[in-house]
Amino acid sequence: MSGANRGDRAAGSEGFGASRAARAVARVEHLIKGPVWGCQMCGQCVLHSTGLTCPMTCPKTLRNGPCGGVRPNGHCEVKPEMRCVWLKAYERSERLPLWRGHIDDLRPPVDNTLEGTSSWINLISGRDRQVPAGWMADADVEP
Amino acid sequence: MSNLERKLHSREFVVTAELPVIDGGGHAEIMRQLAPMKPYVDAFNATDNPSAHAHCSPLAVAIGMIQAGVEPIMQLTCRDRNRLALESELVGAAMHGVQNVCCLTGDDVTAGDEPEARRVFDLDAPQLIALAHGISRGRYLSGRPVGARPNFVIGAVENHGAPPYEYRVRRAAKKVLAGASFLQLQICYRPELLERFMRAAADTGLSERIAMIPSICILRTVGGMRFVATKVPGIDVPPETVARVERAHDVEAECFDIAYELASHALAQPGVAGLHFISFRKDAGIAKLCARLGIPTRIEREIHGYSASVAV
Repeated sequence: MSGANRGDRAAGSEGFGASRAARAVARVEHLIKGPVWGCQMCGQCVLHSTGLTCPMTCPKTLRNGPCGGVRPNGHCEVKPEMRCVWLKAYERSERLPLWRGHIDDLRPPVDNTLEGTSSWINLISGRDRQVPAGWMADADVEP
Repeated sequence: MSNLERKLHSREFVVTAELPVIDGGGHAEIMRQLAPMKPYVDAFNATDNPSAHAHCSPLAVAIGMIQAGVEPIMQLTCRDRNRLALESELVGAAMHGVQNVCCLTGDDVTAGDEPEARRVFDLDAPQLIALAHGISRGRYLSGRPVGARPNFVIGAVENHGAPPYEYRVRRAAKKVLAGASFLQLQICYRPELLERFMRAAADTGLSERIAMIPSICILRTVGGMRFVATKVPGIDVPPETVARVERAHDVEAECFDIAYELASHALAQPGVAGLHFISFRKDAGIAKLCARLGIPTRIEREIHGYSASVAV
Protein backbone atom coordinates (compact mmCIF):
# COMPACT_ATOMS: atom_id res chain seq x y z
CA MET A 1 0.00 0.00 0.00
CA SER A 2 1.45 3.41 -0.89
CA GLY A 3 1.89 6.18 1.63
CA ALA A 4 -0.69 8.37 -0.04
CA ASN A 5 -3.26 5.60 0.19
CA ARG A 6 -2.55 5.12 3.88
CA GLY A 7 -3.22 8.82 4.43
CA ASP A 8 -6.42 8.60 2.39
CA ARG A 9 -7.75 5.77 4.56
CA ALA A 10 -8.86 8.47 6.99
CA ALA A 11 -11.67 9.20 4.56
CA GLY A 12 -13.41 6.02 5.61
CA SER A 13 -13.48 6.76 9.32
CA GLU A 14 -15.98 8.68 11.38
CA GLY A 15 -16.08 12.15 12.93
CA PHE A 16 -13.19 14.56 12.77
CA GLY A 17 -10.94 11.85 11.30
CA ALA A 18 -13.09 11.96 8.16
CA SER A 19 -12.80 15.68 7.55
CA ARG A 20 -10.72 17.18 4.79
CA ALA A 21 -8.47 18.90 7.33
CA ALA A 22 -7.85 15.61 9.14
CA ARG A 23 -6.90 13.91 5.89
CA ALA A 24 -4.47 16.71 5.16
CA VAL A 25 -2.89 16.36 8.61
CA ALA A 26 -2.58 12.60 8.08
CA ARG A 27 -0.81 13.19 4.76
CA VAL A 28 1.62 15.65 6.32
CA GLU A 29 2.26 13.26 9.20
CA HIS A 30 3.02 10.44 6.81
CA LEU A 31 5.24 12.65 4.67
CA ILE A 32 7.39 13.34 7.72
CA LYS A 33 7.25 10.06 9.64
CA GLY A 34 7.31 7.73 6.62
CA PRO A 35 10.86 8.48 5.44
CA VAL A 36 12.25 8.95 8.97
CA TRP A 37 10.73 6.01 10.86
CA GLY A 38 9.08 3.87 8.19
CA CYS A 39 5.71 4.97 9.67
CA GLN A 40 2.86 2.61 8.78
CA MET A 41 0.11 5.06 9.86
CA CYS A 42 -1.32 2.86 12.61
CA GLY A 43 -2.86 6.02 14.07
CA GLN A 44 -1.71 5.26 17.64
CA CYS A 45 1.92 6.22 17.69
CA VAL A 46 4.14 4.77 20.42
CA LEU A 47 7.52 5.89 19.00
CA HIS A 48 8.45 7.75 22.17
CA SER A 49 8.19 4.56 24.25
CA THR A 50 10.04 2.35 21.77
CA GLY A 51 13.29 4.27 21.43
CA LEU A 52 11.90 6.15 18.41
CA THR A 53 11.67 2.83 16.50
CA CYS A 54 8.35 2.01 14.85
CA PRO A 55 7.08 -1.40 16.10
CA MET A 56 4.75 -1.63 13.08
CA THR A 57 7.85 -2.27 10.94
CA CYS A 58 8.32 -5.56 12.83
CA PRO A 59 7.04 -8.27 10.42
CA LYS A 60 4.87 -9.60 13.26
CA THR A 61 3.79 -6.03 14.21
CA LEU A 62 4.59 -6.81 17.86
CA ARG A 63 3.91 -3.95 20.30
CA ASN A 64 5.47 -5.41 23.45
CA GLY A 65 9.03 -6.44 22.73
CA PRO A 66 11.01 -8.91 20.65
CA CYS A 67 9.69 -12.39 19.87
CA GLY A 68 11.73 -15.50 20.61
CA GLY A 69 12.86 -15.86 17.03
CA VAL A 70 15.63 -13.23 17.06
CA ARG A 71 18.75 -14.70 15.46
CA PRO A 72 22.05 -14.94 17.36
CA ASN A 73 23.40 -12.06 15.22
CA GLY A 74 20.45 -9.91 16.29
CA HIS A 75 18.64 -10.16 12.98
CA CYS A 76 14.96 -10.84 12.31
CA GLU A 77 13.51 -14.36 12.13
CA VAL A 78 11.33 -13.38 9.17
CA LYS A 79 13.72 -11.09 7.28
CA PRO A 80 17.25 -12.38 7.92
CA GLU A 81 18.81 -9.33 6.26
CA MET A 82 17.12 -6.92 8.69
CA ARG A 83 18.16 -6.20 12.31
CA CYS A 84 15.40 -7.00 14.79
CA VAL A 85 13.21 -3.93 15.15
CA TRP A 86 12.83 -4.56 18.87
CA LEU A 87 16.54 -5.02 19.41
CA LYS A 88 17.00 -1.55 17.93
CA ALA A 89 14.09 -0.24 19.99
CA TYR A 90 15.61 -1.59 23.20
CA GLU A 91 19.09 -0.22 22.47
CA ARG A 92 17.79 3.19 21.45
CA SER A 93 15.40 3.47 24.39
CA GLU A 94 18.34 2.87 26.74
CA ARG A 95 20.13 5.84 25.14
CA LEU A 96 17.17 8.21 25.24
CA PRO A 97 17.30 10.84 27.96
CA LEU A 98 13.50 10.71 28.22
CA TRP A 99 10.90 7.91 28.33
CA ARG A 100 13.55 5.26 29.00
CA GLY A 101 11.41 3.02 31.19
CA HIS A 102 8.39 3.29 28.90
CA ILE A 103 9.57 0.32 26.85
CA ASP A 104 8.43 -1.85 29.78
CA ASP A 105 4.83 -0.59 29.59
CA LEU A 106 2.25 -3.17 28.59
CA ARG A 107 0.85 -1.69 25.39
CA PRO A 108 -2.76 -2.59 24.50
CA PRO A 109 -3.79 -4.33 21.27
CA VAL A 110 -3.67 -2.20 18.13
CA ASP A 111 -6.97 -0.48 17.35
CA ASN A 112 -7.33 -1.37 13.68
CA THR A 113 -10.09 1.20 13.16
CA LEU A 114 -7.44 3.92 13.51
CA GLU A 115 -5.29 2.68 10.63
CA GLY A 116 -4.60 5.50 8.19
CA THR A 117 -5.68 8.28 10.57
CA SER A 118 -3.37 10.91 12.03
CA SER A 119 -1.87 9.87 15.36
CA TRP A 120 -1.27 13.57 16.08
CA ILE A 121 -5.00 14.23 15.99
CA ASN A 122 -5.69 11.03 17.95
CA LEU A 123 -3.15 12.12 20.57
CA ILE A 124 -4.75 15.53 21.01
CA SER A 125 -8.28 14.12 21.10
CA GLY A 126 -7.25 11.27 23.43
CA ARG A 127 -8.66 8.74 20.96
CA ASP A 128 -5.36 6.83 20.88
CA ARG A 129 -5.62 6.12 24.61
CA GLN A 130 -9.05 4.53 24.43
CA VAL A 131 -8.85 0.79 25.11
CA PRO A 132 -11.56 -1.89 25.03
CA ALA A 133 -13.51 -2.07 28.32
CA GLY A 134 -12.18 -5.57 29.05
CA TRP A 135 -8.53 -4.64 28.61
CA MET A 136 -6.73 -5.03 31.97
CA ALA A 137 -10.00 -4.39 33.79
CA ASP A 138 -9.40 -4.53 37.53
CA ALA A 139 -12.61 -5.96 38.89
CA ASP A 140 -13.78 -9.53 38.45
CA VAL A 141 -17.19 -9.99 36.87
CA GLU A 142 -19.45 -11.94 39.17
CA PRO A 143 -20.76 -15.06 37.47
CA MET B 1 -8.02 -25.40 40.37
CA SER B 2 -5.90 -27.57 38.10
CA ASN B 3 -3.37 -29.95 39.55
CA LEU B 4 -0.63 -27.88 37.91
CA GLU B 5 -1.91 -24.70 39.55
CA ARG B 6 -2.12 -26.37 42.93
CA LYS B 7 1.48 -27.55 42.65
CA LEU B 8 2.72 -24.17 41.49
CA HIS B 9 0.95 -22.51 44.41
CA SER B 10 2.43 -24.87 46.95
CA ARG B 11 5.83 -24.62 45.20
CA GLU B 12 6.03 -28.32 44.49
CA PHE B 13 8.40 -29.38 41.72
CA VAL B 14 6.52 -29.75 38.42
CA VAL B 15 7.28 -31.81 35.34
CA THR B 16 5.62 -30.78 32.10
CA ALA B 17 6.15 -32.30 28.67
CA GLU B 18 5.22 -31.58 25.12
CA LEU B 19 3.10 -34.18 23.40
CA PRO B 20 4.56 -34.81 19.93
CA VAL B 21 2.23 -33.52 17.24
CA ILE B 22 -0.93 -35.41 16.37
CA ASP B 23 -2.06 -35.78 12.79
CA GLY B 24 -4.04 -38.92 12.05
CA GLY B 25 -4.60 -41.81 14.39
CA GLY B 26 -7.25 -40.29 16.65
CA HIS B 27 -7.43 -41.00 20.37
CA ALA B 28 -5.40 -44.16 20.01
CA GLU B 29 -2.45 -42.07 18.82
CA ILE B 30 -2.78 -39.68 21.79
CA MET B 31 -2.89 -42.64 24.20
CA ARG B 32 0.10 -44.26 22.50
CA GLN B 33 2.20 -41.11 22.76
CA LEU B 34 1.21 -40.36 26.34
CA ALA B 35 1.77 -43.86 27.73
CA PRO B 36 5.57 -43.95 28.21
CA MET B 37 5.85 -40.51 29.87
CA LYS B 38 2.56 -40.45 31.75
CA PRO B 39 3.98 -41.67 35.10
CA TYR B 40 6.36 -38.70 35.38
CA VAL B 41 4.46 -35.77 33.93
CA ASP B 42 2.08 -33.40 35.75
CA ALA B 43 0.71 -31.71 32.63
CA PHE B 44 1.20 -32.05 28.88
CA ASN B 45 1.48 -29.25 26.35
CA ALA B 46 -0.87 -29.51 23.36
CA THR B 47 1.03 -27.51 20.76
CA ASP B 48 -0.40 -24.99 18.31
CA ASN B 49 0.99 -25.68 14.84
CA PRO B 50 4.62 -25.79 16.02
CA SER B 51 7.23 -24.40 13.64
CA ALA B 52 4.28 -23.15 11.57
CA HIS B 53 3.37 -26.65 10.36
CA ALA B 54 -0.34 -27.52 10.47
CA HIS B 55 -1.37 -30.36 12.80
CA CYS B 56 -4.39 -31.35 14.88
CA SER B 57 -5.59 -28.23 16.76
CA PRO B 58 -4.45 -27.65 20.35
CA LEU B 59 -8.02 -27.53 21.66
CA ALA B 60 -8.88 -30.88 20.05
CA VAL B 61 -5.72 -32.46 21.45
CA ALA B 62 -6.31 -30.91 24.88
CA ILE B 63 -9.82 -32.41 24.96
CA GLY B 64 -8.32 -35.74 23.88
CA MET B 65 -5.86 -35.53 26.77
CA ILE B 66 -8.62 -34.91 29.31
CA GLN B 67 -10.45 -37.93 27.92
CA ALA B 68 -7.22 -39.90 28.28
CA GLY B 69 -7.04 -38.91 31.96
CA VAL B 70 -4.15 -36.44 31.85
CA GLU B 71 -3.99 -32.71 32.38
CA PRO B 72 -3.40 -30.56 29.31
CA ILE B 73 -1.66 -27.21 28.90
CA MET B 74 -3.27 -25.76 25.79
CA GLN B 75 -0.82 -23.64 23.82
CA LEU B 76 -2.17 -20.74 21.80
CA THR B 77 -0.15 -18.65 19.39
CA CYS B 78 -0.93 -15.29 17.84
CA ARG B 79 0.16 -16.36 14.36
CA ASP B 80 -3.01 -18.03 13.06
CA ARG B 81 -5.91 -16.33 14.84
CA ASN B 82 -7.19 -12.82 15.38
CA ARG B 83 -8.47 -11.70 18.78
CA LEU B 84 -12.01 -13.00 18.18
CA ALA B 85 -10.75 -16.48 17.28
CA LEU B 86 -8.42 -16.49 20.28
CA GLU B 87 -11.28 -15.54 22.61
CA SER B 88 -13.60 -18.22 21.26
CA GLU B 89 -10.82 -20.80 21.52
CA LEU B 90 -10.22 -19.87 25.17
CA VAL B 91 -13.89 -19.93 26.12
CA GLY B 92 -14.29 -23.19 24.19
CA ALA B 93 -11.34 -24.65 26.09
CA ALA B 94 -12.91 -23.63 29.40
CA MET B 95 -16.16 -25.32 28.36
CA HIS B 96 -14.28 -28.62 28.05
CA GLY B 97 -12.46 -28.23 31.37
CA VAL B 98 -9.11 -27.08 30.01
CA GLN B 99 -7.64 -24.90 32.76
CA ASN B 100 -3.99 -24.52 31.84
CA VAL B 101 -3.22 -22.32 28.86
CA CYS B 102 0.11 -21.17 27.55
CA CYS B 103 0.22 -18.05 25.40
CA LEU B 104 2.94 -17.56 22.78
CA THR B 105 3.71 -15.22 19.92
CA GLY B 106 4.42 -18.16 17.60
CA ASP B 107 7.01 -18.88 14.93
CA ASP B 108 6.45 -16.97 11.73
CA VAL B 109 4.72 -18.67 8.80
CA THR B 110 8.02 -18.56 6.91
CA ALA B 111 9.40 -21.19 9.33
CA GLY B 112 6.84 -23.70 8.10
CA ASP B 113 5.94 -25.69 5.02
CA GLU B 114 3.25 -23.23 3.92
CA PRO B 115 5.19 -19.95 3.93
CA GLU B 116 2.67 -18.43 1.52
CA ALA B 117 0.05 -18.32 4.33
CA ARG B 118 -1.11 -14.97 5.73
CA ARG B 119 0.36 -14.26 9.17
CA VAL B 120 -2.11 -12.76 11.65
CA PHE B 121 -0.43 -11.41 14.82
CA ASP B 122 -3.49 -9.31 15.65
CA LEU B 123 -2.24 -9.56 19.25
CA ASP B 124 1.21 -10.26 20.63
CA ALA B 125 1.99 -12.72 23.43
CA PRO B 126 1.73 -10.27 26.38
CA GLN B 127 -1.60 -9.02 24.98
CA LEU B 128 -2.87 -12.59 24.56
CA ILE B 129 -1.91 -13.32 28.19
CA ALA B 130 -3.87 -10.23 29.29
CA LEU B 131 -6.80 -11.35 27.13
CA ALA B 132 -6.80 -14.83 28.74
CA HIS B 133 -6.52 -13.21 32.17
CA GLY B 134 -9.47 -10.95 31.37
CA ILE B 135 -11.56 -13.94 30.30
CA SER B 136 -10.66 -15.81 33.48
CA ARG B 137 -11.96 -12.76 35.38
CA GLY B 138 -15.20 -12.94 33.45
CA ARG B 139 -14.84 -10.50 30.55
CA TYR B 140 -14.26 -10.64 26.85
CA LEU B 141 -11.92 -7.94 25.55
CA SER B 142 -14.92 -5.76 24.73
CA GLY B 143 -15.95 -5.89 28.39
CA ARG B 144 -18.96 -8.13 27.70
CA PRO B 145 -19.43 -10.73 30.48
CA VAL B 146 -18.41 -14.31 29.70
CA GLY B 147 -20.90 -15.81 32.15
CA ALA B 148 -19.49 -18.50 34.39
CA ARG B 149 -15.89 -17.46 34.95
CA PRO B 150 -13.30 -19.86 33.56
CA ASN B 151 -10.50 -20.54 35.98
CA PHE B 152 -7.35 -20.39 33.90
CA VAL B 153 -3.81 -20.70 35.07
CA ILE B 154 -1.90 -18.83 32.42
CA GLY B 155 1.55 -19.68 31.21
CA ALA B 156 3.97 -17.89 28.94
CA VAL B 157 7.18 -18.64 27.10
CA GLU B 158 10.35 -16.60 27.01
CA ASN B 159 13.44 -17.27 24.95
CA HIS B 160 16.36 -16.37 27.18
CA GLY B 161 18.66 -17.71 24.46
CA ALA B 162 17.76 -15.00 21.93
CA PRO B 163 19.00 -11.40 21.86
CA PRO B 164 18.65 -8.92 23.47
CA TYR B 165 19.67 -11.21 26.36
CA GLU B 166 19.67 -8.53 29.05
CA TYR B 167 16.14 -7.42 28.11
CA ARG B 168 14.52 -10.88 28.33
CA VAL B 169 13.86 -10.69 32.07
CA ARG B 170 12.07 -7.37 31.56
CA ARG B 171 9.92 -8.86 28.83
CA ALA B 172 9.10 -11.79 31.11
CA ALA B 173 8.14 -9.26 33.81
CA LYS B 174 5.71 -7.71 31.35
CA LYS B 175 4.08 -11.13 30.96
CA VAL B 176 3.71 -11.38 34.74
CA LEU B 177 2.07 -7.96 34.72
CA ALA B 178 -0.32 -9.26 32.05
CA GLY B 179 -1.30 -12.23 34.23
CA ALA B 180 1.09 -15.13 33.55
CA SER B 181 1.97 -17.37 36.46
CA PHE B 182 4.33 -19.90 34.89
CA LEU B 183 7.06 -19.47 32.32
CA GLN B 184 8.24 -22.31 30.11
CA LEU B 185 11.64 -21.22 28.88
CA GLN B 186 12.63 -22.03 25.32
CA ILE B 187 15.03 -24.89 24.57
CA CYS B 188 18.55 -23.55 24.91
CA TYR B 189 21.90 -25.21 24.24
CA ARG B 190 23.92 -22.44 25.89
CA PRO B 191 23.74 -23.05 29.64
CA GLU B 192 25.53 -19.78 30.40
CA LEU B 193 22.49 -17.92 29.02
CA LEU B 194 20.15 -19.79 31.37
CA GLU B 195 22.45 -18.89 34.27
CA ARG B 196 22.43 -15.26 33.24
CA PHE B 197 18.63 -15.18 32.92
CA MET B 198 18.00 -16.98 36.22
CA ARG B 199 20.44 -14.74 38.06
CA ALA B 200 18.74 -11.62 36.71
CA ALA B 201 15.32 -13.14 37.52
CA ALA B 202 16.44 -13.78 41.10
CA ASP B 203 17.98 -10.30 41.46
CA THR B 204 14.82 -8.57 40.23
CA GLY B 205 12.50 -10.80 42.26
CA LEU B 206 10.93 -12.18 39.09
CA SER B 207 11.47 -15.83 39.99
CA GLU B 208 9.37 -15.22 43.12
CA ARG B 209 6.49 -13.95 41.01
CA ILE B 210 6.43 -16.56 38.26
CA ALA B 211 7.36 -20.25 38.19
CA MET B 212 10.42 -20.77 36.00
CA ILE B 213 10.39 -23.98 33.98
CA PRO B 214 13.39 -24.49 31.64
CA SER B 215 12.85 -26.76 28.62
CA ILE B 216 15.00 -29.77 27.81
CA CYS B 217 14.88 -31.34 24.37
CA ILE B 218 15.78 -34.99 23.82
CA LEU B 219 16.99 -35.62 20.30
CA ARG B 220 18.28 -38.89 18.88
CA THR B 221 19.70 -38.35 15.40
CA VAL B 222 22.27 -36.18 13.66
CA GLY B 223 19.49 -34.96 11.36
CA GLY B 224 17.38 -33.96 14.36
CA MET B 225 20.25 -31.98 15.86
CA ARG B 226 20.93 -30.24 12.55
CA PHE B 227 17.23 -29.42 12.18
CA VAL B 228 17.09 -27.78 15.61
CA ALA B 229 20.36 -25.94 14.93
CA THR B 230 19.36 -24.56 11.56
CA LYS B 231 15.58 -24.61 11.16
CA VAL B 232 14.00 -23.80 14.51
CA PRO B 233 13.83 -20.01 14.94
CA GLY B 234 15.57 -18.59 17.99
CA ILE B 235 17.59 -21.67 19.01
CA ASP B 236 21.34 -21.15 18.91
CA VAL B 237 23.19 -24.47 19.04
CA PRO B 238 26.97 -24.07 19.46
CA PRO B 239 28.86 -25.71 16.55
CA GLU B 240 30.79 -27.90 19.01
CA THR B 241 27.52 -29.40 20.26
CA VAL B 242 26.49 -30.28 16.69
CA ALA B 243 29.99 -31.68 16.04
CA ARG B 244 29.83 -33.74 19.22
CA VAL B 245 26.70 -35.50 17.93
CA GLU B 246 28.13 -35.88 14.41
CA ARG B 247 31.30 -37.53 15.76
CA ALA B 248 29.55 -39.86 18.19
CA HIS B 249 29.62 -43.65 17.70
CA ASP B 250 26.30 -43.99 19.47
CA VAL B 251 24.41 -40.89 18.36
CA GLU B 252 21.31 -41.62 20.41
CA ALA B 253 23.31 -42.07 23.62
CA GLU B 254 25.26 -38.88 22.94
CA CYS B 255 22.05 -36.88 22.39
CA PHE B 256 20.69 -38.32 25.62
CA ASP B 257 23.87 -37.33 27.48
CA ILE B 258 23.57 -33.76 26.17
CA ALA B 259 19.96 -33.59 27.39
CA TYR B 260 21.02 -34.99 30.76
CA GLU B 261 23.83 -32.45 31.14
CA LEU B 262 21.55 -29.52 30.27
CA ALA B 263 18.81 -30.79 32.60
CA SER B 264 21.25 -31.28 35.50
CA HIS B 265 22.55 -27.79 34.96
CA ALA B 266 19.02 -26.34 34.84
CA LEU B 267 18.03 -28.15 38.07
CA ALA B 268 21.01 -26.58 39.83
CA GLN B 269 19.85 -23.03 39.07
CA PRO B 270 18.20 -21.19 41.95
CA GLY B 271 14.53 -20.45 41.37
CA VAL B 272 13.81 -23.32 38.98
CA ALA B 273 10.28 -24.55 39.68
CA GLY B 274 10.32 -27.57 37.41
CA LEU B 275 11.36 -28.89 34.03
CA HIS B 276 9.62 -29.05 30.67
CA PHE B 277 10.59 -31.93 28.38
CA ILE B 278 10.35 -32.08 24.62
CA SER B 279 11.09 -35.32 22.87
CA PHE B 280 10.58 -36.11 19.23
CA ARG B 281 11.06 -39.79 19.96
CA LYS B 282 7.90 -41.69 20.63
CA ASP B 283 9.30 -43.93 23.35
CA ALA B 284 10.26 -43.67 26.99
CA GLY B 285 13.03 -41.06 26.54
CA ILE B 286 11.44 -38.61 28.99
CA ALA B 287 10.83 -41.29 31.61
CA LYS B 288 14.42 -42.52 31.22
CA LEU B 289 15.80 -39.00 31.58
CA CYS B 290 13.71 -38.30 34.70
CA ALA B 291 14.93 -41.55 36.22
CA ARG B 292 18.57 -40.66 35.50
CA LEU B 293 18.06 -37.18 36.94
CA GLY B 294 16.62 -38.70 40.09
CA ILE B 295 13.21 -37.09 39.58
CA PRO B 296 10.65 -39.46 41.09
CA THR B 297 7.38 -40.32 39.36
CA ARG B 298 4.43 -37.99 39.82
CA ILE B 299 2.79 -40.27 42.39
CA GLU B 300 6.02 -40.68 44.36
CA ARG B 301 6.55 -36.91 44.38
CA GLU B 302 2.99 -36.38 45.59
CA ILE B 303 3.38 -38.92 48.39
CA HIS B 304 6.96 -38.33 49.52
CA GLY B 305 7.67 -34.83 48.20
CA TYR B 306 10.68 -33.87 46.12
CA SER B 307 13.04 -30.97 46.02
CA ALA B 308 15.34 -30.51 43.04
CA SER B 309 18.12 -29.07 45.16
CA VAL B 310 18.35 -32.31 47.15
CA ALA B 311 18.67 -34.41 44.02
CA VAL B 312 21.53 -32.47 42.46
